[in-house]
Amino acid sequence: MSDHRSSDDIIICEAVNKWYGEYHALRDVSLRVKKGEVIVVFGPSGSGKSTFIRTINRLEEHQEGRIIVDGIEMSNDIRNIDAIRRETGMVFQQFNLFPHLTVIDNITLAPIWVRKKTRKESEARALELLERVGIKEQARKFPGQLSGGQQQRVAIARALAMEPRIMLFDEPTSALDPEMIKEVLDVMKELARSGMTMLCVTHEMGFAREVADRMVFMDRGQIVEEGTPEQIFTNPRQERTKLFLSQIL
Amino acid sequence: MATTDVSQPRARPVRQSLDVLGWLRENLFNSWYNVVITVALLILIYQVVSGLAGWLFTAQGWPAVVANLKVLLAWTYPADQLWRPQLALGVVTLLLGLSAGVWRGIVLALAVGFGVVCLLLALPTFLLAPVPAQVALPAWQMFLAAAALVAVGAFVGNAGGQRLRWPLVIAWVLLYPVVILIIRGFGGPLPIVDTNLWGGLMLTLLLSVSGIVLSFPLGILLALGRRSDLPVIKWFCIAYIELIRGVPLVTVLFMGSLMLPLFLPGGESIDQLVRATVAVTLFSAAYLAENVRGGLQAIPKGQTEAARALGLNVVQTTLLITLPQALRAVIPVLVGQFISLFKDTSLVVIVGLADLLGAAQGVVGQPEWLGTPGGVWRETFLFIAVIYWFFSFTMSRTSRRIEQQLNVGKH
Amino acid sequence: MAVSTPPQRTAIPFYRDTRIIAIILQAVFAVLVIGVLWYLYTNMIEGLRRANLLPTFAFLRTPAGFPIAESVIPYDPSMTYGRAFIVGALNTLRVAVTGIILATVLGIFIGICRLSSNWLLRNTATVYVEIVRNVPLLLQLILWFFLTKAFPRVQESINAGGLIFLHNRGVTLAWPATTASFGAWAPWLWAGLLAGAGFYAVRRYQFVRRDRPGVALPWAALIAGTIALLGFVVTRIASGTWPVTLDLPELQRFNFEGGLTVTASFAALLVGLVVYTAAFISEIVRSGIQAVNKGQREAARALGLTNGQTLRLVIFPQALRIMIPPMTSQYLNLTKNSSLAIAIAFPDLFYVGNTINNQTGQAVPVILMLMASYLSVSLLTSLLMNWYNRRIQLVER
Repeated sequence: MSDHRSSDDIIICEAVNKWYGEYHALRDVSLRVKKGEVIVVFGPSGSGKSTFIRTINRLEEHQEGRIIVDGIEMSNDIRNIDAIRRETGMVFQQFNLFPHLTVIDNITLAPIWVRKKTRKESEARALELLERVGIKEQARKFPGQLSGGQQQRVAIARALAMEPRIMLFDEPTSALDPEMIKEVLDVMKELARSGMTMLCVTHEMGFAREVADRMVFMDRGQIVEEGTPEQIFTNPRQERTKLFLSQIL
Repeated sequence: MATTDVSQPRARPVRQSLDVLGWLRENLFNSWYNVVITVALLILIYQVVSGLAGWLFTAQGWPAVVANLKVLLAWTYPADQLWRPQLALGVVTLLLGLSAGVWRGIVLALAVGFGVVCLLLALPTFLLAPVPAQVALPAWQMFLAAAALVAVGAFVGNAGGQRLRWPLVIAWVLLYPVVILIIRGFGGPLPIVDTNLWGGLMLTLLLSVSGIVLSFPLGILLALGRRSDLPVIKWFCIAYIELIRGVPLVTVLFMGSLMLPLFLPGGESIDQLVRATVAVTLFSAAYLAENVRGGLQAIPKGQTEAARALGLNVVQTTLLITLPQALRAVIPVLVGQFISLFKDTSLVVIVGLADLLGAAQGVVGQPEWLGTPGGVWRETFLFIAVIYWFFSFTMSRTSRRIEQQLNVGKH
Repeated sequence: MAVSTPPQRTAIPFYRDTRIIAIILQAVFAVLVIGVLWYLYTNMIEGLRRANLLPTFAFLRTPAGFPIAESVIPYDPSMTYGRAFIVGALNTLRVAVTGIILATVLGIFIGICRLSSNWLLRNTATVYVEIVRNVPLLLQLILWFFLTKAFPRVQESINAGGLIFLHNRGVTLAWPATTASFGAWAPWLWAGLLAGAGFYAVRRYQFVRRDRPGVALPWAALIAGTIALLGFVVTRIASGTWPVTLDLPELQRFNFEGGLTVTASFAALLVGLVVYTAAFISEIVRSGIQAVNKGQREAARALGLTNGQTLRLVIFPQALRIMIPPMTSQYLNLTKNSSLAIAIAFPDLFYVGNTINNQTGQAVPVILMLMASYLSVSLLTSLLMNWYNRRIQLVER
């Protein structure tokens, strides 16, 4: 078992199990994440890594095990679910921007309706965030008018606007053209250095090497191995990890 | 320590959802308002079903349907000539079956759909079969035979394979005139059966098939014209399409019925059926044009560009590249249009033709049944509603299946 | 150095010049179309002249001489054909507008039922849709009409709680009617309306001042409703009569007194159109809501929006955009389908047109007028909806 038992664990997952019908999608997944840690989850497709990070904000329901986020235990209590969702921001593979709202309205929607902030305040904050992700000038456009990389940076800004303590990234660069991957990764790196707790499902091994504190390798619904990037890249303990890394590197 | 557990997947812990009670709780009683809804619906369904079942077995109008089965299916078509529409049906089903065997895919889906309709129709016609069968084949045997012919044809076609391709294509081209010829006759061995004797389901089918088949060339031309770069042609096509789509079918039928005879020199009279067919064709063409245009628009611009870059001219590009793709893509929509046309042909009763609905109205008005308490309209209309329903429902399922097949092919 | 001169521009023969080919093609097409139309037109005029029925609109000003069973404007047989035509058009509009409203309400309701988590409700709704849309509308209308004809005589009406009476002349409904004390209640109504409007205005002002949006309309409606209801009861206590009562139909010797009676034809047509169109509308609603990408809901939930907010702010605005074009065509279909009234003797536009044609023999003017009427409704609606649709369309790259 892991030994991160200190109180600064911001995400605690214990023996999380999930089935889709008869298919066992997550098998006894346990993971603790400390405040400020950057974790990269990787593994072959269908290994359950996306499912796993989606259970953390209850986009997927798990059937067994415990998930505690920022001291709030995940349960069927809608209040707990809402509280956890307020603490976590999520970035999707397909961006999922709201096409009927402008960029700035996308970003201010949740602060206004969920955090009950004023529009002015939210817009000022949104512009700051857009500046941070480098596309302030696109604020009044609609998502459909932006490139994929720009859309994903808006999506990151949208998640950050809720001032989350944790950011979840579900393959944020997989739907992007190669030349746009860098602009998104740069934003993510900057975010990691600012001390944000991040859980990223990604295949960008350069990103992992540079900013990850720990890497988690998943296969067939299980965490097969976890360790520092250095250890994973140079000296993977498990045969499956070795094999997978040899295929993608 | 890193987790290194490599256990086998285990079965999901026993959950209530697997048993009946759990299913009921999850799907019918998962909240207090769903309990209320479920209970209310159960009572309602019980009332409706028990009332309907009770009525079905005690209704006194069934003799009217039994006695008029032939009227509903073929109106006043001479009984001793009924083998002709039956032969026509046989030719169509055999051809459909053969083509299904040769081409499979979409054609097979269509043939299966049509076979299922025939099988379904065999059931009520069997239950209501008049005892003395005064025709070549009683209706239920005819429908069974038709379904069997589809199956036989499919096997033969499958065995015959590619050799049958061209003969079949030629047969399809000749099919429409041949069927009309068989049913109408030309004297001698096939005495002419005047069109005012046609009616019932036969007429409904003939009109809707004619509507689709005859409107095809016009519809495609209109679709191409609407996309043309030449303003005169484009605006003419837009005007035609929007004019027809903006008015109800009855006004078009009305126009066909009243104005068509006026358009001919010397005031020649035109057969009422021909007038209705022309009206249905002109009407259907506008809708067909819009459907085909939808298919044309869905084709990526790159296809035309590639064809033009290869040196094909406009006509070649259209005939070889865009039109085939567009037509293939719109097959499900065309089946849908056929269904609406099949239902819409019932409007010809308004201009005095006796299609399935008209025949039913005729049966309801027959003086023999005046003594039946409550009349025979419930039984008669229910019977034809079931026929209409079998057709439309099966065909719409078929169109959905074709759509799925096309989507699978795309990826 | 000899600079090579640009090659002489050779004249293209006209039959190879694409621009000229285009013009020729169009000219040929136009000549053909006009020729055919002219041929048909001359034949028609010739035939009509022989039959002594040259098309003219003069008949519109002569007395119609036939009665029309129901009308929203005063009409009697001594009035002109033109008036009769307008009566028909108004009847069409009456059934179309009522039908559209009711079909939308029923359609949305069934569409939501089809998305319900209750298995029984979902499948009952599906069965309804699959039965209704696979049987011809005309058959359904005739069935409804026969059904109303099969109702008992007025004296033996089927009585549904004293509120609805079904009889073979139509349907009689209890209908709200004002009483003498309505005047006393009116101030309350106004007060409620003012209070609601005031509340709404204040809230909107607050929203602007505090610079955040909020929900005001339901609360304003609640306030207005409460005041009106309070006044309703107070008026009753003060004056002894309710300001508005349900005018209950009372059976007289031959007919109903009070309430609202609609003819069997109108009832059958309206019910038939509503039941049929609602099935199609429910499909539009269901697929419109389902068509909104699953990711949209997830993203909204991940941002912490509640279920209600997700629906109101994210799903519904997008579903609406998907639903508007097919809804428009359903509304137009309903309007056009109302012409089937002729089969059940409801005096709509088409029915009246048909009667006029039978009496005057002026087929061509009557058809032109009918087509122009339907076409103008269709085009006007399409134009409006296209304009609205373009306004709310999503912006794409």
